[in-house]
Amino acid sequence: MPVEIDIAHVARLARLELTEAELETYKTQLGVILDHAARVQSLEGEPHVESAHPLGFVNRFRDDRVIESLDRDEVLSEAPAAEAGYFVVPPALDQ
Amino acid sequence: MTDALHDLTIVAAGDGLRSGDFSAEELLQSVLDRAHRTEAQLHAYLTIDREGAMESAAAADADLSAGNDRGPLHGIPIALKDNMCTRGVETTASSQILAGYHPPYDATVVRKLREAGAVIVGKTNLDEFAMGSSTENSAYGPSFNPWDISRVPGGSSGGSAAAVAAGSALGALGSDTGGSIRQPASLSGIVGLKPTYGTVSRYGLIAFASSLDQIGPLSKSVSDAGLTLGTIWGHDPLDSTSYAGEYPDLTGDLDRGVKGMRIGVVTEMAGEGYEPAVDDAVTSMVERLAGAGAEIVEVSLPTAAIALSAYYLVAPAEASANLARFDGIRYGHRATGVTTEDLMARTRAEGFGPEVTRRILLGTYALSAGYYDAFYGQAQKVRAAIREDFARAYGQVDALVSPTSPTVAFKTGDRVDDPLAMYLSDICTIPSNLSGDPAMSIPIGLDPQGLPIGFQVMAPALGEDVMFRVAAEVERLAEFTAEPSLLEVVS
Amino acid sequence: MSWEPVIGIEVHVELATESKMFCGCAVGFGEEPNTNICPVCLGLPGALPVTNQKAIEWIMAIGLALDCEVSPRSVFHRKNYFYADLPKNYQISQFDIPVCHDGHIDIVVEGESRRVGIERAHMEEDTGKSTHLGDGGRIHAAQSTLLDFNRSGVPLVEIVSKPDIRSAAESRIYASELRALVAELGVSDARLEEGSIRFDANVSVRPEGSDTLGTKVEIKNMNSFRSLERAVEFEIERQIEVLESGGEIVQETRHWDEDGGVTHSMRTKEGSSDYRYFTEPDLVPMVMDEAWVARVRNSLPELPAARRRRYVEGGLDDHLAGVLSDMPLSLRTIYDDAVNAGAPARQTANWLTGEVNGWLRRTDSEHVPLTGTQLAQLVVMVEEGKVSSSAAKEVLVGVLDGEGDPAGVAAARDLIQISDTSALETAVDQVLADNPDAVVSYRDGEQKVIGYLVGQVMRATQGKADPKLVNEILHSKLEV
Ligand SMILES: [Mg+2]
Ligand SMILES: [Zn+2]
Repeated sequence: MPVEIDIAHVARLARLELTEAELETYKTQLGVILDHAARVQSLEGEPHVESAHPLGFVNRFRDDRVIESLDRDEVLSEAPAAEAGYFVVPPALDQ
Repeated sequence: MTDALHDLTIVAAGDGLRSGDFSAEELLQSVLDRAHRTEAQLHAYLTIDREGAMESAAAADADLSAGNDRGPLHGIPIALKDNMCTRGVETTASSQILAGYHPPYDATVVRKLREAGAVIVGKTNLDEFAMGSSTENSAYGPSFNPWDISRVPGGSSGGSAAAVAAGSALGALGSDTGGSIRQPASLSGIVGLKPTYGTVSRYGLIAFASSLDQIGPLSKSVSDAGLTLGTIWGHDPLDSTSYAGEYPDLTGDLDRGVKGMRIGVVTEMAGEGYEPAVDDAVTSMVERLAGAGAEIVEVSLPTAAIALSAYYLVAPAEASANLARFDGIRYGHRATGVTTEDLMARTRAEGFGPEVTRRILLGTYALSAGYYDAFYGQAQKVRAAIREDFARAYGQVDALVSPTSPTVAFKTGDRVDDPLAMYLSDICTIPSNLSGDPAMSIPIGLDPQGLPIGFQVMAPALGEDVMFRVAAEVERLAEFTAEPSLLEVVS
Repeated sequence: MSWEPVIGIEVHVELATESKMFCGCAVGFGEEPNTNICPVCLGLPGALPVTNQKAIEWIMAIGLALDCEVSPRSVFHRKNYFYADLPKNYQISQFDIPVCHDGHIDIVVEGESRRVGIERAHMEEDTGKSTHLGDGGRIHAAQSTLLDFNRSGVPLVEIVSKPDIRSAAESRIYASELRALVAELGVSDARLEEGSIRFDANVSVRPEGSDTLGTKVEIKNMNSFRSLERAVEFEIERQIEVLESGGEIVQETRHWDEDGGVTHSMRTKEGSSDYRYFTEPDLVPMVMDEAWVARVRNSLPELPAARRRRYVEGGLDDHLAGVLSDMPLSLRTIYDDAVNAGAPARQTANWLTGEVNGWLRRTDSEHVPLTGTQLAQLVVMVEEGKVSSSAAKEVLVGVLDGEGDPAGVAAARDLIQISDTSALETAVDQVLADNPDAVVSYRDGEQKVIGYLVGQVMRATQGKADPKLVNEILHSKLEV
């Protein structure tokens, strides 16, 4: 089956600002890979689908206990822009 | 064999340290000198933490002379794949998007290594975010194979493999999502293994595909691999997928041999697409295992044929979410943008290389409305079917064997423009990631061009004792003593 | 044509656990920015979530209080969308197997009980907080956005109602009932002004009698019960107007503008079909077995609806039962104790919701220094005529001031009514002697002068006479 790909929509969902030329290249490559990947559809029968851990355990919890916060200065020193204890970004589109 | 300290196995170096033949500082110095002479050709490391390593080595010496022996890795120079967080030491996952990033915390494996007295030499090169099979997809340039520097060391843990093969570390940690430890170990002539999913904490490992990623050792010998794995594995409350039960004994059965064991040869992992030298070497090793008393059985894993397809849906899907956090806001690279949306989309376009971009797009597509059932949903079913295949196989045999990779190391640049051809180098390793079971690569010989061939031993979940028992026999039978003929060039 | 509104409400409740949903950072409010952060809630590379067990037990408690089923097995999903205050650019949430589903809550609307279905209650994590800086604080001219991740990862329960609500007023009552419920459970601060409980409404209208649903519009940004009601009201009117003028309703998200009293269309971020939900691979499934569910069920406190029922069965009318049910726990405990000690229900409830509650507000006290036994004694004293009701208020103040039991306070303050008939007869005789004109008027048929005469007796006894008794004595003497 030829796979249909709205590459511009996919790139927007993934927040990747690509050029038209790049989009075309990726679209072609994705087509080839997805053609190969579509072989998963050849699986016959319904296996017991269990996407959980291979060792099959459940119920991993932590107690409701507080640990110490990271040092704010150490964290903010990695930020591209910070001010007065905050991370800073330009305004959002919907603001 | 040279008698340089950097050529020692972890076992031998441990003996030397404890008998006072040399100090941890001398051992480290030998490794650093070796790196100094080989890095210009190999580019195994992204960062060498000379100062931190010197401090650790001095501390290891002081501890040892005070009688405080921290175990088999005490004083041993170890390299870390650069997708494991090290507090205050640059950690980039070979991506431009994390250039200059200094994590504020240590990964659990790093903490465990430090507590065990290991000396962390530095951070090794990888395919960006561990996506690749050649270590060519690094924003900081490729690594090269010590056996032939015109070839790739395999990937994505290619830097770790090259470092161990060349002696610029005595052992290393890598991560394996679809074969990223075993395939480079195979192509670089060393031992590498992926343990049972959930046995080594992923806390602090920069995630590629969470349900497949496992950290494991790359080493010069099966024993070294056991000592390293024994140090880093164990339950971690910071990782919800970490196994909390009994762990198998790794070193107890190393000398037992394979007499009386049933070993399955995977039918689907031979023939078309496999280099004859690889097939021959594997067949010959299987014969020798039979000679050593193992019963050999042909075993079919019918779903293995579409495992690669399933992998290239599951892994990119998880990656598309795991890599969403790299947005230029809290750390790493930031592009300019008038709105938050511009900033994010530009940062990501600038910061990710082509392979990562491709896989994010692929994963985003596979999860999106209208395609989910046909792709991601169906891939999960294939994954379940592969688990059933393995379960059936392990009903008949103790362990499975195959080549680790269908080919020996390929030329740098040969597969970069053909993603699918590159993906095919993981065809033998991927099924164990999908099933979560352990698997290991052991070098068994050289092809006519003098390039190493790896032999894969697979075992059921938590069957590491069985896997090590077979691997140790393979190692004995292979008598693999060849060393890369690397010219030393001081940069 | 007449139109029927169909409304469903989504309520987000922040749980008041000590630590966050998937990490050990403290849950707080109003602290210095970015001081409760760690690799997990900041979305640092390599960090992994671990589920807070208390949060799971609390969402189970909420679900059980709403008569929901607790799923025997539940999983987390990743909900993928990019937003600056969402550090991983996906939210760990739930998709097809929420912890709780299919429950209901009964609310009272204009004296009638109405049942609102609960579709589901699922567990998720909160986002960080954005502050938009701009010229003069005007959002539209924002120059930059400040991000604080203290709230990132706070446990959030999303409760989704079925589209069973039919009016703006019902929306308000439903929301306030849910707020009361989570507050009662003690699982949330449930403070609207701090955003620890938030409401979104899905509103559509359809022709009366139709059983197909109209196109729904989601409205956001209501920060009080009043604004929820106004926003829903506005939206219903808006949709009817659009439909009646031949237009079509667009499925969209609209923002409530409190000052303007209108909703307006928001630029859409991602369509709900673009969230690319998939099972969270960093977490393992949760299995809520019967024993665990039973343990949580047994830990539930009495909930408002059940309590109101119990009060009505004990003799209160609906209104008084409702008022008492909303009183603080300390007052409700006094009520239970007093009734157990033999006090009549209605009078006891009146005292508590009136005088005692008034004192509590006036003095702004945390603690009421009054026992059920004391209140019972006071109510009985009034019933038996030992103190007048006005004197009883004074007695109560004395008790609350720590002067002792009601009987002791009444005696010490000399507030015991004179119920000794012979003593009162003397006083009555004196008053009759002093007021011959009144006696004549009475006997001429002007019976209302009796009030005047009672007043005179009360004055003569400094208010301590039992007015009922005085009345009887006066009557018997005048009828002679
Ligand atoms: Mg929600
Ligand atoms: Zn945190």
